[in-house]
Amino acid sequence: MRLFVSEGAPGNLPVLAAAGRARGRAELLISTVGPEECMVPFLTRPKVPVLPCCPLFGLTYNHCFHCGVRNGYFFLLSGWEQDDITNQWLEWEATELQPALSAALYYLAVQGKKGEDVLGPVRRALTHIDHSLSRQNWPFLAGETESLADIVLWGALYPLLQDPAYLPEELGALRSWFQTLSTQEPCQRAAETVLKQQGVLALRPYLQKQPQPSPPDGRAVTNEPEEEELATLSEEEIAMAVTAWEKGVESLPPLQPPQNPVLPVAGERNVLITSALPYVNNVPHLGNIIGCVLSADVFARYSRLRQWNTLYLCGTDEYGTATETKAMEEGLTPQEICDKYHVIHADIYRWFNISFDIFGRTTTPQQTKITQDIFQRLLTRGFVLQDTVEQLRCEQCARFLADRFVEGVCPFCGYEEARGDQCDKCGKLINAIELKKPQCKVCRSCPVVKSSQHLFLDLPKLEKRLEEWLGKTLPGSDWTPNARFIIRSWLRDGLKPRCITRDLKWGTPVPLEGFEDKVFYVWFDATIGYLSITANYTDQWERWWKNPEQVELYQFMAKDNVPFHGLVFPCSALGTEDNYTLVSHLIATEYLNYEDGKFSKSRGVGVFGDMAQDTGIPADIWRFYLLYIRPEGQDSAFSWTDMLLKNNSELLNNLGNFINRAGMFVSKFFGGYVPEMVLTPDDQRLLAHVTLELQHYHQLLEKVRIRDALRSILTISRHGNQYIQVNEPWKRIKGSEADRQRAGTVTGLAVNIAALLSVMLQPYMPTVSATIQAQLQLPAPACSILLTNFLCTLPAGHQIGTVSPLFQKLENDQIESLRQRFGGGQAKVSPKPEVVETVTTAGPQLIQALMDEVTKQGNIVRELKAQKADKNQIAAEVAKLLDLKKQLALAEGKPLETSKGKKKK
Amino acid sequence: MAAAAELTLLEKSLGLSKGNKYSAQGDRQIPVLQTNNGPSLTGLTTIAAHLVKQANKEYLLGSTAEEKAIVQQWLEYRVTQVDKYSNKDDLRTLLKDLNSYLEDKVYLTGYNFTLADILLYYGLHRFIVSIIVIGFFSVIFRMIFFNLS
Repeated sequence: MRLFVSEGAPGNLPVLAAAGRARGRAELLISTVGPEECMVPFLTRPKVPVLPCCPLFGLTYNHCFHCGVRNGYFFLLSGWEQDDITNQWLEWEATELQPALSAALYYLAVQGKKGEDVLGPVRRALTHIDHSLSRQNWPFLAGETESLADIVLWGALYPLLQDPAYLPEELGALRSWFQTLSTQEPCQRAAETVLKQQGVLALRPYLQKQPQPSPPDGRAVTNEPEEEELATLSEEEIAMAVTAWEKGVESLPPLQPPQNPVLPVAGERNVLITSALPYVNNVPHLGNIIGCVLSADVFARYSRLRQWNTLYLCGTDEYGTATETKAMEEGLTPQEICDKYHVIHADIYRWFNISFDIFGRTTTPQQTKITQDIFQRLLTRGFVLQDTVEQLRCEQCARFLADRFVEGVCPFCGYEEARGDQCDKCGKLINAIELKKPQCKVCRSCPVVKSSQHLFLDLPKLEKRLEEWLGKTLPGSDWTPNARFIIRSWLRDGLKPRCITRDLKWGTPVPLEGFEDKVFYVWFDATIGYLSITANYTDQWERWWKNPEQVELYQFMAKDNVPFHGLVFPCSALGTEDNYTLVSHLIATEYLNYEDGKFSKSRGVGVFGDMAQDTGIPADIWRFYLLYIRPEGQDSAFSWTDMLLKNNSELLNNLGNFINRAGMFVSKFFGGYVPEMVLTPDDQRLLAHVTLELQHYHQLLEKVRIRDALRSILTISRHGNQYIQVNEPWKRIKGSEADRQRAGTVTGLAVNIAALLSVMLQPYMPTVSATIQAQLQLPAPACSILLTNFLCTLPAGHQIGTVSPLFQKLENDQIESLRQRFGGGQAKVSPKPEVVETVTTAGPQLIQALMDEVTKQGNIVRELKAQKADKNQIAAEVAKLLDLKKQLALAEGKPLETSKGKKKK
Repeated sequence: MAAAAELTLLEKSLGLSKGNKYSAQGDRQIPVLQTNNGPSLTGLTTIAAHLVKQANKEYLLGSTAEEKAIVQQWLEYRVTQVDKYSNKDDLRTLLKDLNSYLEDKVYLTGYNFTLADILLYYGLHRFIVSIIVIGFFSVIFRMIFFNLS
C-alpha cells in the first residue's frame, strides 16, 4: 500500500505517527507530493490542494489540514476499535479544534504573530482538553490506555505546542499528556519527518498557499452585554487562586514614590504615551475626546497601576493659517488667540480628569529649536528637495490659500466637499491645485494658480528605511488593524515628495536663505510637538525621545491621523539618523457619530467638551459611557437613550448596587469590621472565576483593547451580585451560628471583590474609584497597584468607612431635554437640568417583592388567556407584566431585554 | 432539521423503540445525549454511531476496515462541510462534488448502504427545494428513491 502525503502539511503528523504504530500489519510506502498536485478526482473544491493519503480508496477530502479520517484507517487496520468516547474526541477535533488551530498556526507560521495573538484562538480548546483530562483523572483522553483520539489530537497540536510558550503552564494535565505522547517513538519519528527540526517554519510554505482561516468563535462584539458563560475551572486553577488570595497585601510590591520629572529607567518597562495634539481653535467634541485623550488616559492610568514608568503628554497644536484667520476675526494676535484657547482646552481635559503629566503647546522656543534641528539634519543628508509650486492664491483675500481654506471636488472620487489636503470620503491626500472647482472657503471666490518656491521632504528616498523599520516594528506589536491597513495602502500606492513649507507668518520659521518669509507646514512640525512639549517638561527629554531600546512609545489618535504618525514623522526621524524613539504601538480609533449623524460645530449638533460639564452629569459617567462605546474596530454612535440605559442598568443596578450592598452588609451586620471568612469550595470557585476575569482584563488592556476590558469589570460585579443573591447573607445573619458564619464569609468575600473592582475601575472612572476606596478605607498600596491575582486586601478585622450610593439614576425627561438641547438646529440655552433624583439602590427585599409581583401577574395573564378573555383586557395585563419584568431587571442589575419576544405579524 | 429531530428520526429508522431526549449545546446547537450508564455523549456523528451500535446494526458503520474508514470520512464530511455551508456558491460546489463522486457508485461506500448515506441525506434534506431550483437532480433523486426506513 502506498501513502501519499503533501510536503509540509501539518495534517501529516498524526498520519505518520499512526502509520508508525500500524507498521507490521501493512506494508507501507510513503511518498511526498508537491502541494499543487491534486490527487482526488472527485473533489473540485481545492481552494486548497487535495492531499490524499490513501489513493487506493480515494479516501480523503481536505479542509485545511484535517487528518482524523486518515488515521482512522490505519488504526482500524491495526485492530483498534473506536468506542463512543474516541468518536466523540474525533468529532470534536474536526469541528472545534481544527478551525481554531488552523487559525493559530496560520497566524504563527505565516503572519509571524506571537503570544496571545496565536494562543487566543485556541485557548478555549486547550482548556477543554485539560479539563477533561483532569476531571476524569485518566492519563489518556479516552481512558487508561492510549487510543486513536490521543494520536490524532497530539498530531494536530504538536506543531503549536512543541514551543513551550504555547503550552500554558496552568494547564498541567494537558502538559503532562502532551509530553507523554511526545516521547513515544512513532510520534517522535513523525515529528522529525514533518517538521525537519525547523519547528513550525517547516509548515510555512504549505500554509502560505492556504486561504487565511477565519478565526473561530467569531463572537461579534456588540454594545450589549453578553450572556457570560462560566468557564469550567480545573482544581489547579482554583488552588492557585486560593493561594494568591491568602497571601493578601503582603504580595504587593512596595509602592514607588512619585517622581518628578518621570524619566525612563534602564531594565524597567518605560512607557511613553502621547495623545494626538488637538488643534487649538476648535473646541473638542466627544468624538475627539474618546478618540485620543480619553483613550490614552485609560492606558496611562493602567500603565501606572502596573508600576511601569509612565509619561503621558499632550498639548495644543497652535501654528497654522486657521489660527491667523481666527485672530483676524476676533481682533487679537495669533499668540493671544492661542493663549485664550489653550486654557479652554486645558480646562476641558481637567474636567474630564485626564491625567496628563504635561499638557503643553507647540508655540515654544523648544519647538523652533528641535524642528529646525531635524530640518537641518534632513537637509545635510539630502532628504530635502526644492521646487517651484503652483499654488492657489485668493486675489480677493490677497494671500496664498492654505489647504484647509480651499474646498472643491475630489479628483479621485468626485466627493464634492473635499478639503485641500485630504478627501474625507476616500481618504487620499490631495494637492490643492488638483482640486476641481476650487473655492476659497473664506470669501467663496475662485482662487488662481500662482507659483512660489518651496521645500519638499523626499519621501521616496526614505521609503526603504521606512519599510525596514516597519518590518521590524509591526510584527508582534499592538498597532490597531486600521493603522496597519492605512500604512499598507500608502506604501502600496508609493510615496511621493511632500511639501513642508508654507507662505505664512504664524509658524516655525524655515532656517534657510530665501525662505525667510515662509514657515514649516504644520504637518511637518506638529508631530515634533511631542518632543518639544517633553523638552519643556524636562531638559532630559532625549532620555525619552532618543532611546528606542528602552522606551515603548504608544501613540493614540483617530484614524485620520495615522499617516502623519505612522509614516511621515518616522520618515523625518529616520532621515535625521539621530536614533529617535519611534512609535511602537499606534492605536487608532474609528469615528464616533452623534445619534444618527456627525458631530458638527457649525450646525450646533453634538456635545462638545465644554458643554458636557453643563449637563449635570458627572465626568466619570461621561467617561464610562464614552469608553463603553469606544469606536474600537468599528464606528460607533453616541446615543442619549443608550447612555441613560447604560447608566441605569450597568452602573446603577449592576456595579453600584453590588459595591454598595457589599459595603452596607459590613456596616449593618458586622459593625463596620470585615468579618472572618471561611471559604467553602463554592467560594473558592468564585475566587478562581474572578481571577480568570481579572487576567482577561489584563490581557485586553495590555493589547489596548480598552472597551473590551471594561466588560470584564462589569462581568465581575455581575458574578458578585449573583453570589450575594444566591447566598442571602441578610437572611443567614439571623440564623444559627453556622449561618452567621456563612453570612460573614459571603460578606467578607463580596467586600473584597468590591475593593478589587475599585482598582480595576481606576483607569475608567477615577473619581468613583477614589470614592469607593475611601468608603472601604482600602490601604494605600492596594489602591495604586493592580496585580494579576485577586488578593484579599480587606482582611478580617479591617474597619471600613461610611458607605453611600455611588451612582444616580438618569431620568427620561432629563435625557430628553438634553437631547433636544444638543440635537441640532440652533444651540439654545435651555434651563438647567432638573436636580438628579437620588435612588436608593435596590435591596434584596425589593427584588423579592418584584419577583412575587411578576409571578402573580404572570398567573393573571395565563388565566385570562385560558379563559379566552377579551383581547384588550389581556393586552393591558400583559403590558403590566412587561413593566414589572423591566423593573425587576433594573433592580437586579440585569441588562434590559429589548423586544426579544416574538414579533407580531 | 434540528439535530435532535434528526437523531429521533434515526432512532425510528433503526427500529429503536425507546426515544431518547436530546439537549443542545452552544451557538451551533450541538446535540448532547445523556446515556443511562455512562458519561453524556456530545456531537451528531458520535451519537449516531452510538445508536447504530445500540440497535446491533454495526454493518451500517461499514463491514471491512476500508469501508469503516470511508464511512468515518463521510460522517466527518457531513459535520465539517455540509453543516457549515453558508451561501449558494458553497452549496453549488458541494453538490457538484457529491454528484461527480456518486456518478459511478450506488452508495457513498460503493455498494453498501451505511450510516454515511443516512446522515448525508438528512444533512442535504434542508436544501432540497433550493437544489431543485438550482438544477442538480441526480444526487438527490438517487437519495430520495432509496428507501431509508
